[in-house]
Amino acid sequence: MSVGIKIKDAVKKYGQNTVIPDLSLNIRNGELFTLLGPSGCGKTTLLRMIAGFNSIEGGEFYFNDKQINTMDPGKRNIGMVFQNYAIFPNMSVRKNVEFGLKTKKVPPETIKEETDKFLKLVHVDQYADRMPDRLSGGQQQRVALARALVIRPDVLLMDEPLSNLDAKLRVEMRTVIKNIQRDVGITTVYVTHDQEEAMAISDRIAVMKDGVIHHCGKPKDIYQRPADLFVATFIGKSNLLKARFLTESGRHYLEFLNGYRVPFEKVLKNAPDQSDVVVSARPEELLVHPAGENAPKEGLRAVISDSVFLGLNTHYFVKLETGEEAEVIQESRIDSLLPPGSKIILTLNVEKANAFDAQTTKSIMEGVNNSTDAPAEAVNGEEG
Amino acid sequence: MDTTKKRLGFWSFVSFGIMALILLFLVYPIFGLMKEAFFTQGSGFTLDAFQKFFSKNYYYQTIGNSFQVSLAVTVISLLLGIPFSYFYTFFQLKGKKLLFVLCLLCTLSAPFIGAYSWILLMGNSGLVTNFLKTFGITGISIYGFGGIVLVQTLKLFPLVVIYMNGAFRDIDNSLMEVAESMGCKGVKRFFKVLMTLTMPTILAAALLVFMRAFADFGTPALIGQGFQTFPVLIYNEYLSENGADFHFAAAISFIAIIVTGVIFLIQKFATNKFSFTMSALHPIEPKEAKGAGGFLMHAFCYLLVAIALVPQIYIINMSFRNYNNSILRPGYSLVNYQKAIQKMLYRSIGNTIVISVVTLAIIIVVAILIAYLVVRKGNVFNNAIDTISMLPYIMPGAVIGISLVIAFNKSPFVLNGTLAIMIIALVIRRMPFTSRSATAAMMKIPESIEEAAVSLGASKLKTLVRITVPMMSSGVISGAVLSWVSIITEMSSGVILYNNKTITLTVSTYNAIVRGTFGVAAVFAAVTTVFTVVCLFIYLKFTKIEDVKL
Repeated sequence: MSVGIKIKDAVKKYGQNTVIPDLSLNIRNGELFTLLGPSGCGKTTLLRMIAGFNSIEGGEFYFNDKQINTMDPGKRNIGMVFQNYAIFPNMSVRKNVEFGLKTKKVPPETIKEETDKFLKLVHVDQYADRMPDRLSGGQQQRVALARALVIRPDVLLMDEPLSNLDAKLRVEMRTVIKNIQRDVGITTVYVTHDQEEAMAISDRIAVMKDGVIHHCGKPKDIYQRPADLFVATFIGKSNLLKARFLTESGRHYLEFLNGYRVPFEKVLKNAPDQSDVVVSARPEELLVHPAGENAPKEGLRAVISDSVFLGLNTHYFVKLETGEEAEVIQESRIDSLLPPGSKIILTLNVEKANAFDAQTTKSIMEGVNNSTDAPAEAVNGEEG
Repeated sequence: MDTTKKRLGFWSFVSFGIMALILLFLVYPIFGLMKEAFFTQGSGFTLDAFQKFFSKNYYYQTIGNSFQVSLAVTVISLLLGIPFSYFYTFFQLKGKKLLFVLCLLCTLSAPFIGAYSWILLMGNSGLVTNFLKTFGITGISIYGFGGIVLVQTLKLFPLVVIYMNGAFRDIDNSLMEVAESMGCKGVKRFFKVLMTLTMPTILAAALLVFMRAFADFGTPALIGQGFQTFPVLIYNEYLSENGADFHFAAAISFIAIIVTGVIFLIQKFATNKFSFTMSALHPIEPKEAKGAGGFLMHAFCYLLVAIALVPQIYIINMSFRNYNNSILRPGYSLVNYQKAIQKMLYRSIGNTIVISVVTLAIIIVVAILIAYLVVRKGNVFNNAIDTISMLPYIMPGAVIGISLVIAFNKSPFVLNGTLAIMIIALVIRRMPFTSRSATAAMMKIPESIEEAAVSLGASKLKTLVRITVPMMSSGVISGAVLSWVSIITEMSSGVILYNNKTITLTVSTYNAIVRGTFGVAAVFAAVTTVFTVVCLFIYLKFTKIEDVKL
C-alpha cells in the first residue's frame, strides 16, 4: 500500500557542516515527485534520509501518520533504485529480484509468481537466469526496478537512476519508469540533476540549492513562472537582462538599459515601483527582427556574433548594444542564416518573460505557484 | 536511534576484539622483544647487546652481507624479470600460459627447496660437481655468496614478472603509438616510455624482492656456509651453544626491524614520488615473435624457467634413489620414504595441514572484518588497527618467531611448544597480505549494493554474509590460496617455534638436510613440492591468469 510522505523541519548536519538547514515537504500518495538541483544541493541526502541510510539531525519524517525517523531502513518498506543499479553481481537476475521476498519470508510459490510478474513488467523475463554482468546498463536498470517494486513497497526511491545510461536509452527508460510508476500507482521520490528528465516524468518537482527548496510545483509552473532567479536559470536556458520596473499612471513598464520600454502587466500588485529588476527571457522569448525599414522602432539593438543551425531551429549568439550577451532561437528559414555581423533588433515577448527583484532575486510576477504542500488528490487518485 | 546503536555495538565489539588480539599477539610480543633487547635482569637498561653487536666484525658484517645479497638479488631479478615480462606482454610467445604457471611455481616453491636442489646438483658430492670432476674441473661450488644470489634470484624474479605483467597491461597502446609518432621507438621507447610509466611498479617489485631476500632464512642457512646473513645470525644466536641467548637475539631482531623499516619507508617515499594512475582503454596487442629475435625471446624465457625448476624436479627423482645418509648408492627404491615415515613424515604432514587450514580460516575471517572496518567504518581506531596489522610486513619471520617465544614462554601466557603459537606466528606473518587484498576487494564494492540489500529487508549480518562476503570472495580466496602456499612453505618462524609434537614438513626437511640424511630430506622436499603444486592448481581454478597478484 502506497503512502504519502510528510517531512517537517528536516535538518541534516555532517559534523559542524549543515547540509539541510530546515526543510519541509509533503508528497502526495501516488505522486511521482522529483528532487532536482545541481550536485551538492542536498537532494540525494534528503532521499537517503527518507530511505534511512542517513541519520536525521532534526525534524520529523512521516509515512502517512507513522513517524519513521529512527526506523531501520529495512523496516520502512521502501524500494530503492540506485545510480549504479547496485545489482548483486553474485546472483542471477531472478535471484536478485527474489532477494527481498526471501528476506521477508514470503512462501516460495508466491515468490515465483511475483518474481515472474515483475520480470515481465520490466521486460527482462527472457534474461531471468542470466548473471548481471551479461546485461546491458538499461537491462540492469530494469532489473533494479523490478527488484525494488516486487516487495510491494510503500514508497519507491530512485537516486539518479538514469545518469549512467547513454542519452538515447535515458529517454527510453524515463518513459518506462513513468509508465510503470503510473501502473503500479506507487508514491515515488526521484532524484536527478537533469532538468529535462525531471520535466518529462514528474508530477511535481522541488528545485533545490544548498539544502533549500527554491521552488516546488508542477513542471509547467516551474518552467513558466519560476519563483526566483536561480530556478529561472537552472530550468532551461535563460537570458538575464538588467532593467528597471516602472509604474506610470496605473500601468507597469520595463525599461532596459538602452531606454527600450515595454508594457509589463502580469506582475504582483505590490511590486515596488522604480526598482531594479533582472528580466529573464528564454531564447524563444526574444523575437528577432533584421534591422531595416520593416524593423520595429523600439527594441534592443544587437549584432550577431555566431549562429548554430540545428535543423528545426537556429540559435543566434548576439551582443546587445547594452553590452550584454544573449542567445536567441528562431525557427530556421528556408532562405538563409543571418551571417555574423548582421544587425538585428530584439523585442521581448512580454506574456512569457519573467522579472525578478534584483536585490532579493525573487519573482515579481503574479501566477507563481510555489508550495511544498501536497496538492489536492488528483481526480483519478485513490485515497491513501 | 535504537537500531543504529545496535549496529554500532556489533561493529565496535568487532573492532575492540580485533584490537585486543593485535595487542596481545603482535604489540605485546614486540614490546617484549624491545624490553628483552634493552633490559637485563641484573643491570636494568643497557645497550651492551648492541655494543656487542657493533664491536665484532663477525656480527655486524652480517648486515653488510645481507645487504649485498639482497641488493644483488634485487638487481638481477629486475634485469631478468623486466625483459621476461616485456617479451611476455608485447609478443605472442608460444605456450604462454604454461610459461606463466611455471613462473608461479618457481616463486611459490618452498624457499630452501631450491637451495637444497642446488646442493644435490652442485654441492660437494652433487651431480654436476661429480660430472665436472671426471673432467678434472674442480672449485665450482654452490656454497657462499654466489649460490645464495643464484637460488634467491631464481625464486624471486617471477615476482618481478608478475608485477610487471600487471603494469604493462595497464599501459594504453595509444601511449606507445604516440611515442612512436614522435619518433621514439625501439630500445629508446622501452627506456623512455615503458620504464618511466612502470616505475611505481618496478619500485614496488624491487622492494618486495629485497625484503624477501633480506628475510630469507632457509637459503643462506643451507648454502651460505661461511657467508652468514642476518636472519641466520639471529637464528644461530637464538640457539647458541650456551643455551638460548634471548637478550642478544632480541637486540639483533630489533636491529633487523629497524633496517627493514627504513627500507620500507624509503620505498614508500620513492613510490609516492612516482605515483599516478593509469587504465588501458586499448590494451597492448602482442606482436608475433618472429625470426631470430623471436627465437631468442623464447630461449630466454624458457631457459630461465627451466633453470629455476628443473633442479626441484630433480629432487623428486632423488627421493626415490638409494641413499646411505649423504652417500648416494645405485638404484631406486622406496627406502627413503620408509625412513621418512620413521622421522615423523605423517605427523609433519598432519601438522602442516592442520596449521595451514586453521591459519587460513583465521586469516580470512579477520582480514574480511578488518577490511570491512577500514572501508565502511573508517575512524581513527579502525585505521590504527589497519596500520598496526601491517607491521609484520617489515618483520622477518625469524624475528616474529623470537618475539613470540619471548612473549609466551612465561606466565600469564604460556603457549610455547603448542600448535597455537605456530598458527599465531603464521597468522601474524600473512595477515598484512590478505588484509590488503581484502581491503582492495572491499573498496570495489559500492556501498549502495549493501544498502540495496538492507532496503529489501535484509539484516546487517545477513547482508554481510549473503552479499558482501560473496562479492569479495574471488579476490579474497585467490589471495588466501596464495597465503596457503606460503604458509605451507613457511619455515623461518617455524624453525624457531617448533618442537617434536608441532613439527611441520618444512622444518622436517630442514632438519633432515642439516642432519645429512639427504634421501629423507628429498622425500620431505618432494612432498612439500607436491603440496605446493596442488595448491597452485586450486589457485588457478579460482583465478584468471591476468588477475594473479602476490
